[in-house]
Amino acid sequence: MRRFMCTVVVALIASACSGGTRAETGELPASGRYELGRAATAAEIAAQDIDIGPDGLGLPAGSGTVAQGAMVFGAQCASCHGVRGEGISPFPQLIGREPRAGFPFGRDPRAVKTIGNYWPYATTLFDYVRRAMPQLTPGSLSDDEVYAVTAWLLAQNEVIAGDVVLNAETLRLVKMPARDRFVVDDRKGGPEIR
Amino acid sequence: MTEPNPSDRAPADPTGEITDGISEDGDSAHGSANGLSRRDLLTGAAGAIGGALLARVGTLDAQGAPAQPTGVTPATAGAQVLADPTKAPGLPTSGQGTRSPFVSPQRTPTGAIAGSSLTPLQDLSGTITPSDLHFERHHAGIPALDPARHTLLIHGLVDRPSVFTLADIMRFPYVSRVHFVECSGNGRAAYRDPNNETFTAQSVAGLAANSEWIGVPLRVLFQEVGAKPEATWFLAEGGDACVMTRSIPMAKALDDAMIVWAQNGEPIRPEQGYPMRLLLPGWEGNANVKWLRRLELGTAPWMTRWETSKYTDPLASGTARQFSFEVDARSIITAPSHPGTVTKGWCNISGLAWSGRGAITRVEVSTDGAKSWVDALLHPPVASKAFTRFSIPWSWDGGAAALLSRATDDTGYVQPTREQIVAVRGAGTDYHLNHIVGWRVDADGRVFFYGDS
Repeated sequence: MRRFMCTVVVALIASACSGGTRAETGELPASGRYELGRAATAAEIAAQDIDIGPDGLGLPAGSGTVAQGAMVFGAQCASCHGVRGEGISPFPQLIGREPRAGFPFGRDPRAVKTIGNYWPYATTLFDYVRRAMPQLTPGSLSDDEVYAVTAWLLAQNEVIAGDVVLNAETLRLVKMPARDRFVVDDRKGGPEIR
Repeated sequence: MTEPNPSDRAPADPTGEITDGISEDGDSAHGSANGLSRRDLLTGAAGAIGGALLARVGTLDAQGAPAQPTGVTPATAGAQVLADPTKAPGLPTSGQGTRSPFVSPQRTPTGAIAGSSLTPLQDLSGTITPSDLHFERHHAGIPALDPARHTLLIHGLVDRPSVFTLADIMRFPYVSRVHFVECSGNGRAAYRDPNNETFTAQSVAGLAANSEWIGVPLRVLFQEVGAKPEATWFLAEGGDACVMTRSIPMAKALDDAMIVWAQNGEPIRPEQGYPMRLLLPGWEGNANVKWLRRLELGTAPWMTRWETSKYTDPLASGTARQFSFEVDARSIITAPSHPGTVTKGWCNISGLAWSGRGAITRVEVSTDGAKSWVDALLHPPVASKAFTRFSIPWSWDGGAAALLSRATDDTGYVQPTREQIVAVRGAGTDYHLNHIVGWRVDADGRVFFYGDS
């Protein structure tokens, strides 16, 4: 059905065009390709390929300490998130492990999600800060600064010790407190409400 | 440590995205200046003919002072209407049309860099949302992208890593589809605060809109670059200031995903992703990445911020549901609705219904607070993963009434009550909330939100 629809689409296009075997027959090109676009260079890919997987794939060289991170946070983040990461509304609270036991967010609309009690992957924190923060000057932090502020946030959330030096090797080994709380969507339509 | 009170913050935020910051409490009063001004009219032909022909009728009272009847927007005050419009030529042709000065629908709230504005559903008819009223949701403002410079990079598990310009994308065979886009946070406000009788159709369900989209099926692009069979997920990345990313299963690409470049007969509006966006029919709005600049094919999700700390649904069981892509069926009565009124006699109960899983098969309407239900008329086209307009004529006898609507889709899913969702997900759950809501009609004809169905 999918192939049929593709063929119909091409045929409709073709009917409005002139010349060329492809247009006349309405068939997909034999190669399956339209030969549009151009090859991407390695440099082009490297310039945009900044994503980091949960296994740490993509983490750059560099490192940062908790102490360095305190400086970065104070200079770059505290004006919105508060000096202790407590959040200045509407900017979110970043630090907090309460409640220590349990994961009450489904039951309690007043429970406040933080990095420490809700984020399942530490790599996400590095990736997000590097691509999107600070909000008014995104992308302005060096990789060392991102490692450092990530270290400070993880230490303040009591996820890592205060003397940990964060780098590609140590960050990918961090296990977040909420790591095992996430389940894949099991809704599937039909009469059952989930 | 000071703990902000979440109850102080939540109501101002229709999307549940308080954590993005900046002006989520935008004031809709600032958004009223887009109407036709008096100067605009006077510089047209009517002005050339001379002010003497202009009689102040309707929006200006007999003394020439601005009248402010209930329901008339400030823009209306600029309207100049002849006592007899057949006795002088009207305005000349113009490069771009505007709405009647008597019509001024507004998205609200306005002014947020990282926030949302909602579609004024109560002001619309039919199923297509005018593009300039399509709700907005952006996490770092609307980027200004030059179509001559913007490119789409596709790489990762592909045979031919490639770069496409907008012109390249537009040369592929295209398809045209009508689909809604709905923010994952739609319905959250009404779920949190079911007794807030001042909610409107816009504030309850306005994070949704429906458009005709044109673009290339993603499977065609993936064939072009030679997607490897081992690819099971792809990352979609936007070119905005948060470089937003979402992981999407390859199965959606092989099904009905598109890279779209036109919306309702013209290039996509900047707020909706100009010059190109990902469209995932029926899937939560956030995953339909706007200002699309990059697709990377891989074997597992990337666990981005927007699919972990956001857009996940915490459950009462002590877990959080992740990758809740498909939008469950929902409906909303858009007329009558708060702050409107009804008068005795006949009117239309009218609204919208949609499902991310397929077509709407039935919308039932109750006028007695869910004691009894009647099937509403579904107006064609009734399309899959698209807004469906329903209506039913109703004669109000002046008695107490509570108007509700309940949608069913072609999977057999029936829109639930709030209590049903609370029972299976919990009162604190977040996102993807679609419970039955409606409107209470008081004896004086005033209409108020009725959220505890």
